[in-house]
Amino acid sequence: MSFPLWPEAASALATDVDHLYIYISLVSVVMCILIFGVIFIFAVKYRRRSDSEVPEPIHGSLRLEITWSIIPFLVMLTFFWWGAKIYFYNAVPPPNAMDVYVVAKQWMWKLQYPGGQREINELHVPIGQPVKLTLASEDVIHSFFIPALRIKHDVVPGHYDTMWFNANKPGRYHLFCAEYCGTEHSGMVGWVTVMTPADYQNWLAGGGQSGTMAQLGERMFEQLGCSGCHLENGKGRGPSLRGVYGSRVQLADGESIQADDAYLRESILNPNAKLAAGYRPGLMPSFQGQVTEEGILQLIVYIKSLAVATTPGAPTARIPSLLQTPTLQRVSVARLATQPNGGTQ
Amino acid sequence: MSTALQEPEVQETPNYLNAEYGWKSWLFTKDHKRIAVLYLISISVMFALGGVFAMLIRLELLTPQGDLVNSDTYNKFFTMHGVTMIFFFLIPSIPATLGNFFVPMMIGAKDLAFPRINLLSWYIYIAGALFALAAIVMGGVDTGWTFYTPFSTTYSNTFVITAAVGVFIAGFSSILTGLNFIVTIHKMRAPGMTWGRLPLFVWANYATSLIQVLGTPVVAITLALVALERAFHIGIFDPAIGGDPILFQHMFWFYSHPAVYIMILPGMGVISELITCFSRKGVFGYSFIAGSSLGIAIIGFLVWGHHMFVTGMSMYAGLYFSLLTMLVAVPSAIKVFNWTATMFRGSISYETPMLYAFGFIGLFTIGGLTGLFLGTLGLDVHLTDTYFVVAHFHYVMVGGMVVAYLGGLHFWWPKITGKMYPEGWGKFSALLVFAGFNLTFFPQFIAGYLGQPRRYHAYAPEFQVLNVMSTAGASVLGLGFIIPLIYFLWSLKYGKKAGNNPWGAKGLEWETTSPPPTYNFETTPIVTEEAYAYAKHEEAHVG
Repeated sequence: MSFPLWPEAASALATDVDHLYIYISLVSVVMCILIFGVIFIFAVKYRRRSDSEVPEPIHGSLRLEITWSIIPFLVMLTFFWWGAKIYFYNAVPPPNAMDVYVVAKQWMWKLQYPGGQREINELHVPIGQPVKLTLASEDVIHSFFIPALRIKHDVVPGHYDTMWFNANKPGRYHLFCAEYCGTEHSGMVGWVTVMTPADYQNWLAGGGQSGTMAQLGERMFEQLGCSGCHLENGKGRGPSLRGVYGSRVQLADGESIQADDAYLRESILNPNAKLAAGYRPGLMPSFQGQVTEEGILQLIVYIKSLAVATTPGAPTARIPSLLQTPTLQRVSVARLATQPNGGTQ
Repeated sequence: MSTALQEPEVQETPNYLNAEYGWKSWLFTKDHKRIAVLYLISISVMFALGGVFAMLIRLELLTPQGDLVNSDTYNKFFTMHGVTMIFFFLIPSIPATLGNFFVPMMIGAKDLAFPRINLLSWYIYIAGALFALAAIVMGGVDTGWTFYTPFSTTYSNTFVITAAVGVFIAGFSSILTGLNFIVTIHKMRAPGMTWGRLPLFVWANYATSLIQVLGTPVVAITLALVALERAFHIGIFDPAIGGDPILFQHMFWFYSHPAVYIMILPGMGVISELITCFSRKGVFGYSFIAGSSLGIAIIGFLVWGHHMFVTGMSMYAGLYFSLLTMLVAVPSAIKVFNWTATMFRGSISYETPMLYAFGFIGLFTIGGLTGLFLGTLGLDVHLTDTYFVVAHFHYVMVGGMVVAYLGGLHFWWPKITGKMYPEGWGKFSALLVFAGFNLTFFPQFIAGYLGQPRRYHAYAPEFQVLNVMSTAGASVLGLGFIIPLIYFLWSLKYGKKAGNNPWGAKGLEWETTSPPPTYNFETTPIVTEEAYAYAKHEEAHVG
């Protein structure tokens, strides 16, 4: 029976988290030795020798109180600082990250790649390539946890959450659901397979897919009747969606908003919540219940492709072009931690 | 034993136990000491029930396959373990029993300010506990003690509303006890019992009461909203009907993190009493220990978000909650350092209560330090919702609070019952608790860092060795809890007479008879010295 005492580390971040863990552990061990050692010495040295002895009281010492308040706090601030750096690094995916879309439901993980490949409870990724996961839930809260990468993020229904990683060691690693989600919570597990780029290309080629996510989304865009109003030339009853993704949308209430995944999702399910300026409320029906979370993600990828199609090159060229990049920049933890943009919901 | 039939009560001095007889004299009592005993019995029943669920959990986890019970049953086991232990044992534990009994005595009062409300709070507790028991008997609850939405409001097919109503009702018991303590400590201190002379156990209960009064209404409202959403589909937490599940977590933890301090502060108060008594020495840094209780109560309200670092909360909010989590560790550290310093040049003896105090400092220190791991943002991302968290909070709740409770019970048992328990068995079971506890929970730190998620009915086979260690430890720990139950009951009949002050302790509760008379003191005591004035004992006789 295998009996590991330390988890595998399959990314630079995992190694950094290990170092932080070892650092706090060492400080804790030193603290325990100090406190328990002193208590042990006192307990032996000052044991009661006769029943009549009455020790002199010592009321306290302000200097000692300040010392043992400030010094531990300063040490704790180093924990705080290091932990915050890792947290900020986790929060900001690099711009060249490859997208994978995750839909959680009781009790399975459904993953889709922009190229159209789909998997259940399996995630295949190449080493040396930042991977950004967009997480959606169809029912309750789940949590996507890969211990070997030391990352975890809750998957909250009604929200889009993102997490990212850059694996550096090929292997098969556990994928766990970490937020209790009902009967088969402990069965909501799977595997993350980290591969060399060549193996990954072979794997991609082997998948029999029925079209890229953008193509699937385009088909759905027509089936649901979206294309009847959102005409490309802007003369339909709804606004043209060309170039919308990533732009700022002027809203009817005078505010404006960045058209990101969460905004597009909300506009599909609850169109009146943040109405674009110039369109009347109630014009667009809600598509709640008519389209699955996976379908919404396909629609979003399609709309996203409309944003980049204005430049030459097919919209779906994004993933292969990234894979051709042999080395990807490693952004240092410290540098990313100083960038306050993005990452928040 | 024919001598036992000779009604030894006849010779006993009048006390709260022999003042009246019959079940009515107990169920309609207004004596804080009798109500404390009622609480002691009821929370012991709930502790035993929660302990049975704990043993069933540990038995299931002996093997990785999940082969003892099915997953639904397992999910109900850990939910009912959490609900009974937290809401019906840990939260009332020390305040409702030892606090109820000794806060009035320690300040020289005849009773709590509102004796009828005190009795009412016990009945409310029983009503809440009956709802929780009903939920168990009808088929159980499977949401986890945290009742996370939308699982609890929409997806669970179990008796969520019944259990939530039970917790809701029990909350009022907690609020009333807190109110009663606050008023009593403000208004009923004996002449000369200034704030600066209050025993630290009273200070700890005072700080606890503030949290109970300010925090408990929030969890009551939150659980009421869960019940409303579940029953009437009002969209509050479920996104499918317009709610937000994260809102629930903010509201829940706004209470449930301070609730951790409701559970641990009274334990810290007990430890201050034990360390001083068995070092026979005034406490080091009185005002820092008293003040740190209030500090914990206040800062404890500002750190709830550290339970939510991976929910997608703003990373700037994460910074704030992480920093304040580090800050709230400072008052706890102050207490540990001051207790240690109190022992310096003391006269230390090793009776059973002191062994528990040593155990508390060791286990609570580990529990507190591992809390810093979890308060560290980037590390919490890996550790949260793993067995590391399970180990951490058991080190605080069981290694801290339950050990302090047992220490306090052994310390004051002679005062409560007038009888001594067998010291040898006491020491033996204290060592069993310490050893069994560490064997149960230390391996869980390792399993947690390896990545074993909590609340798993079946787990990956590489975690098995650590889980077998845990289960073995739990058996030892269980034995360590059963032995005191036996000898405490035994001592009621066969224990040696305790005398008024078997430990040579300071404090007003030791100046009256054991067991105390109904109104605690023959005449209202007048306080002329600070707390724990062990050295002044001689001077008082001279002067």
